[in-house]
Amino acid sequence: MKTPKTPAVSRRTVLAGAGAGAVASAVPLRHGLAATALKVGVLLPRSGGQAQIGIECQYGADVALPILKSEGYPELEFMLGDTETKVDVARAQCERLIDAGAQAIIGCFDSGQTMAAAQVCEQKNIPLIVNIAAVPKLTELGYKWVFRNFPTGPMIVGDAFKNQKKLFGATGATPKTVALLHVNDTFGTSLAGALFALAPRFKMPYKIVEKIPYDPYGRDFSAEVRKVKGAKPDALWAVSRLNDAIAITKELVRQRVDLMGILSTGPGWYENAYLKATGKYGNDVVNLIPWYDENKPMTQKLKAAFKKAHPDLLLTTNQTFTFDACLIAADAFKRAGSTKNTDLQAALRKTNLTNNVGLGHAIKFNEKGQVPYVPCGAVQNRDGDLVVLLPQEAATGKPIWPMRPWRKR
Amino acid sequence: MDFWTLANATVGGLLIGLVYGLSALGLSVIFGVIRIVNFAHGEIMVMGMFFALLMFRWLGLDPLLSVPLAAALMFGFGYVLQLLVVSRVSHLPEHMQFLLLAAIAIMIVSALLLVFGPDAQGVEVDYAWDSFAVGELIIDYPKMFAAIAAVIVASLLLAFFKCTATGKAIRACADNRMGAQVVGLNVSRLYALTFGIGAACLGAAGAIILLLFEVHPYLAPGYTLLAFVIVIIGGLGSLFGALVGGILIGVSEALAAVLFQPSMKTAFSFGLLILILLLRPQGLLGKAVR
Repeated sequence: MKTPKTPAVSRRTVLAGAGAGAVASAVPLRHGLAATALKVGVLLPRSGGQAQIGIECQYGADVALPILKSEGYPELEFMLGDTETKVDVARAQCERLIDAGAQAIIGCFDSGQTMAAAQVCEQKNIPLIVNIAAVPKLTELGYKWVFRNFPTGPMIVGDAFKNQKKLFGATGATPKTVALLHVNDTFGTSLAGALFALAPRFKMPYKIVEKIPYDPYGRDFSAEVRKVKGAKPDALWAVSRLNDAIAITKELVRQRVDLMGILSTGPGWYENAYLKATGKYGNDVVNLIPWYDENKPMTQKLKAAFKKAHPDLLLTTNQTFTFDACLIAADAFKRAGSTKNTDLQAALRKTNLTNNVGLGHAIKFNEKGQVPYVPCGAVQNRDGDLVVLLPQEAATGKPIWPMRPWRKR
Repeated sequence: MDFWTLANATVGGLLIGLVYGLSALGLSVIFGVIRIVNFAHGEIMVMGMFFALLMFRWLGLDPLLSVPLAAALMFGFGYVLQLLVVSRVSHLPEHMQFLLLAAIAIMIVSALLLVFGPDAQGVEVDYAWDSFAVGELIIDYPKMFAAIAAVIVASLLLAFFKCTATGKAIRACADNRMGAQVVGLNVSRLYALTFGIGAACLGAAGAIILLLFEVHPYLAPGYTLLAFVIVIIGGLGSLFGALVGGILIGVSEALAAVLFQPSMKTAFSFGLLILILLLRPQGLLGKAVR
């Protein structure tokens, strides 16, 4: 009787190997020092009421990848998340991205959704690099993992007051009364609050005669515009989202509400979809918003890449600040030399970027994770294009103010 | 607040209310006869909106001209849905029927998302930005045309139920199902016809509403809720009540917006709903159930 040969690989070896493999695969390589790419969860509203803006933000992230690579930055690997324009979904999706291995999060365009994501990032010790969100308390609550290169509501309002004075001074046309029409979400409410808190300090030449909060996802905006008309203001100050901005413009035209001008501090009125939907009626709106600096070399690279990828679209705040958020992530990863969360956090704290796209000198975070001053410009809609009026050094055209009457367009 | 601001708000609310009323008619027709609460109400209307959008894009057809086509298409959809699906659960408890229609609603939204995506989309007709003035009363053309179309469709529907043999047979089914069966009426066919007519109403309302608002798949639940508020105020099952409820909601929301705050609009319509439920639970024109 022959003794059976011992197989080269025994059953026990296979089991042990499988077990080891299972254990190894269960341990995420989140802290791998040799990692070549940083996994970044890009969390944006890709469906729901803010879908179009979220998708435009994503375009900024998409064009960032080849540009950053050509600039010598290490690779970013995007993991996409959809907030569905809902705060609770933003929280759940942020958790999902982190559980799936995201080593940093970029997002979320909307203040309320970003607040929810910030709480998750804080619990899980993962850096959140805010692309767009203005609510002040995001960087006032002592969070250690939140980094924002975007102006807060008071910064936006403060710059809006300064730029309005320059605009009125340059054109010699100053409104005496203004109606404020603002969305009643986290962003709109915080901006309206900042406006009333700061107005006395800036000694504006006009009186705010009506404050009209509204639901941006409402069906019909005729009542809102009727209320504006009833207040008989010289100018309208709008804090909007996208679809409501289009609908409000239609109502302003139909109800024949002729104004000296429309001043917007928020999204909506400069978006590509707005310009397309409103045509000549979208002209002359002045947007007092964070913008890009035409004079920066990186802006020219971004504009060229964006034009190539989306020839029919104009570069706006959405792509600019999402691009800068990607730049911040890549720069921190490069300096950290690691994907370890604490290394990334330490590197983010020491950020000192001057090759960014947005207006302002440099991206440096203070102890709260906020860039202390992110300036805003004045950008006017002009025949399907966007003309920078202010700051003077980045201006690309002269203002049309007062705006042209609706019936003479 | 001056007179003209209130007058403009009232007229605007009246015009939009007529369109809301037409959309609620579909819910009232189906409940009044089949006694099923259509939880896919808003979704069927949004299907009508998307159909009109496609007609505009492919054929350049004004949404108002798409009304008969949208109504016909949705009639077919409603007829088949009742015949093949809803009729098979009519013997089950009410909550099972609700769940079935809620499931159909979710499937419709998901299908619309797959086909059309999440973005808001609209039509740009020649008169989209136009209005006319009577003194200081300003009426915009899209809203006026939409209201006229809503009145025509609602009148045709009311005439159908009053004047045609089929309409009378459907009303007979609504009044006494057993009696209708005894006299030889084909109740299941009439039920399918009724669901089809209710859905046709929604198709027509969808095409009309596209003239006023942009469409996206997530719009549907809001319209379902609005229709429920309207028919409860007007009286569930009462066709004329649905129109009255629509006008009441339209006007009260418009007036609440100018007298108080626009963000109070919805609170006002729900306040009206609570008031009606407390004081006249059967609705303004509904029949009391003993």
